[in-house]
Amino acid sequence: MATIKLSECNMKVIKEICESFGNKEGELINVLHKTQGHFGYLPAEVQEYVAECLHIPVAKVYGVVSFYSFFTMTPKGEHPINVCLGTACYVRGAEKVLDALKNELKIEVGQVTPDGKFSLNCLRCVGACGLAPVMSIGGKTYGRMTPEKVKEVLAEYNN
Amino acid sequence: MVKLTIDNRPIEVEAGTTILKAARQNGIDIPTLCYFELAGMNFENKPGGCRVCVVEVEGRRNLAPACVTECMEGMVVHTHNARVINARKTVVELILSDHPNDCLQCAKSGDCELQALATKLGIREIPFKGEQSTYRKDTTKSVYRDMDKCVMCRRCETMCNQIQSVGALSAINRGFPAVVSPAFESDLGTTSCVNCGQCVQVCPVGALTLVDNVSDVMKALADPTKTVVVQTAPAVRVALGEEFGMEPGTIVTGKMAAALRRIGFDYVFDTDWSADLTIMEEGTELLHRVAKVLNGEKVAMPQFTSCCPAWIMFMEKNFPDLLDNLSTAKSPQQMFGPVAKNFFAKKIGVKREDMVVVSVMPCLAKKSEVAREEFKVNGDPDVNFSISTRELAHLIKQFNIDLSQLPEEDFDSPLGESTGAAVIFGATGGVMEAALRTAYEVHTKKTLPRIDFEEVRGLDGVKTATVDFDGLPVKVAVCHTLSNARAMMEEVRNGNPRGFHFIEVMACPGGCIGGAGQPYHHGNSDIIRKRMEATYREDAGKPIRKSHENPDIIAIYKEYYGEPCGHLSHEQLHTHYIDRSTKVEIEG
Repeated sequence: MATIKLSECNMKVIKEICESFGNKEGELINVLHKTQGHFGYLPAEVQEYVAECLHIPVAKVYGVVSFYSFFTMTPKGEHPINVCLGTACYVRGAEKVLDALKNELKIEVGQVTPDGKFSLNCLRCVGACGLAPVMSIGGKTYGRMTPEKVKEVLAEYNN
Repeated sequence: MVKLTIDNRPIEVEAGTTILKAARQNGIDIPTLCYFELAGMNFENKPGGCRVCVVEVEGRRNLAPACVTECMEGMVVHTHNARVINARKTVVELILSDHPNDCLQCAKSGDCELQALATKLGIREIPFKGEQSTYRKDTTKSVYRDMDKCVMCRRCETMCNQIQSVGALSAINRGFPAVVSPAFESDLGTTSCVNCGQCVQVCPVGALTLVDNVSDVMKALADPTKTVVVQTAPAVRVALGEEFGMEPGTIVTGKMAAALRRIGFDYVFDTDWSADLTIMEEGTELLHRVAKVLNGEKVAMPQFTSCCPAWIMFMEKNFPDLLDNLSTAKSPQQMFGPVAKNFFAKKIGVKREDMVVVSVMPCLAKKSEVAREEFKVNGDPDVNFSISTRELAHLIKQFNIDLSQLPEEDFDSPLGESTGAAVIFGATGGVMEAALRTAYEVHTKKTLPRIDFEEVRGLDGVKTATVDFDGLPVKVAVCHTLSNARAMMEEVRNGNPRGFHFIEVMACPGGCIGGAGQPYHHGNSDIIRKRMEATYREDAGKPIRKSHENPDIIAIYKEYYGEPCGHLSHEQLHTHYIDRSTKVEIEG
């Protein structure tokens, strides 16, 4: 079977998260939630070690990770970009903004730029419909976006 | 109790009974697809997913899935009116719209439950056109996965997790891409899979099938430079007949030998013969271990049986700390190989490389066992190909042989004569009983007062017994299915509080008679029960019922091996095990 390779410090983090939930099988979703919060994503080795700590098959862990769209196996970029595709944003041209981002970054939704700087994702409504279309980079929100403004916004992060 | 009406028949059932069970208890057949039950073996799969079992419940707006809907007082149920049948047909059409529908080439054709449903419902076209799900094909040495054919019944997942506690398979993804798969969609062979193949035994369609070796055998048979030797496992003879329309539990030992001869095998031998040999080695090993314990020496106890390759793989992957407890005796299949290719080949003047050994097994794990490196000499496997009972049936059919019309023939000599002790290897508890018959008499030098050890027979998941070896109480346990084995191993790991000396484990439900290479039982555990009864019937009818009294076994020790657990038998008949558990490594 597999050899799980993890750094000592990452191992400790996972172990502590599992312990904080009593190493209970039923807490798998909570464990994964917290683990993703720490690592930003859930790579295979991390899932293997979670399985080991909770004494459950890794296939079950992967079953949960692949079921919920919240969980991801791709690392986030240094600056994670989220484009809102909620109804208000959508009707006001969010898709064109998304296309402009894909063109500019040369990545698809769910991917990370090769330099690890940006990752691109979509979500449904951030509660700022008055500013539609909306996107966010890290913690910062950008309203009334247009495809033309994309380049200029990204430039803020390019040094 | 609850009173209801199904198809105009008044019925009374216990509260909590599902409509499906109530109907079946009363002889009303509701078709199912995802639902699967192995009665008496704690296995019920009812995800309620396929909707084939829908029925009309009067007063209810929509149709109800019978497998997960409980009977209520006064319910009026219709299982086969026009509305139900139309809905059922649409459900099957929808399933078929995302199915390859390549029945002509499909390995499951004729045994496929989806095909049977389509036939029953008279489906002539598939009105729905849409996307087809496609997945990478994947194979181990035993199991072939073509998930394009998967209908998401999740029987394999339930079997792998609940009954076998192996945990190699899980439902993954969501919506249309959902499928049953190993973690990260990796190759099944790299996971915790032990190749027991029970996922194949319960798959309703051709998504999980066996790795077919019939063409390899045909190639060997067609090669005039090869001497092709065949051996047949104990459990095959009580199940093969089912493939030819015979009643479950029909014993076809003599007809099977005749068929193999007509197919063109040069020598038709019996794995039962090497099962007797296994008892000599494994029983002697047990007595050696017990003697060491009595002498105060340190030795791994209890001893575990080693006949079942899925069980061996399970130990290597999950309990590496207990590998020393496994008997080092090879399985009967793998003992037969070196005897045939060393002792027998020499006897008939055939070079090792010109001999092809084929085994017929009730098992799919045996296909992986023959491929293990430690069972090869300079790359030449001791056993070249292992085919299952089902593959043998296909082979017999290809040769246009009518099994029922064949005469009863004997196996060839000298590797064909066997005792009743060998026959019962096929059922859970059989190896234990066979070992006790020999170990008792060898140890006490007395004749057994009674030869039948009823306490280790039957389909209970775990059976235990204490046998008095002339003042020495020998404590034994017998488990079948790997979840029962796992619980037993945890107990042994925690200090073996019940003080067992010898534990038998078989991975499959019922032992080899319920093996993954046997004719499909489609969830009918009566079939397994009947095969078991046939096994003990065959034993009772044998003139010799103790392995150490087999004249050909006595002869081979005299002529070739010297004594059980001696130098030459250690070289040829014993093996070692490998730690294959998951390792956690610190990086950097």
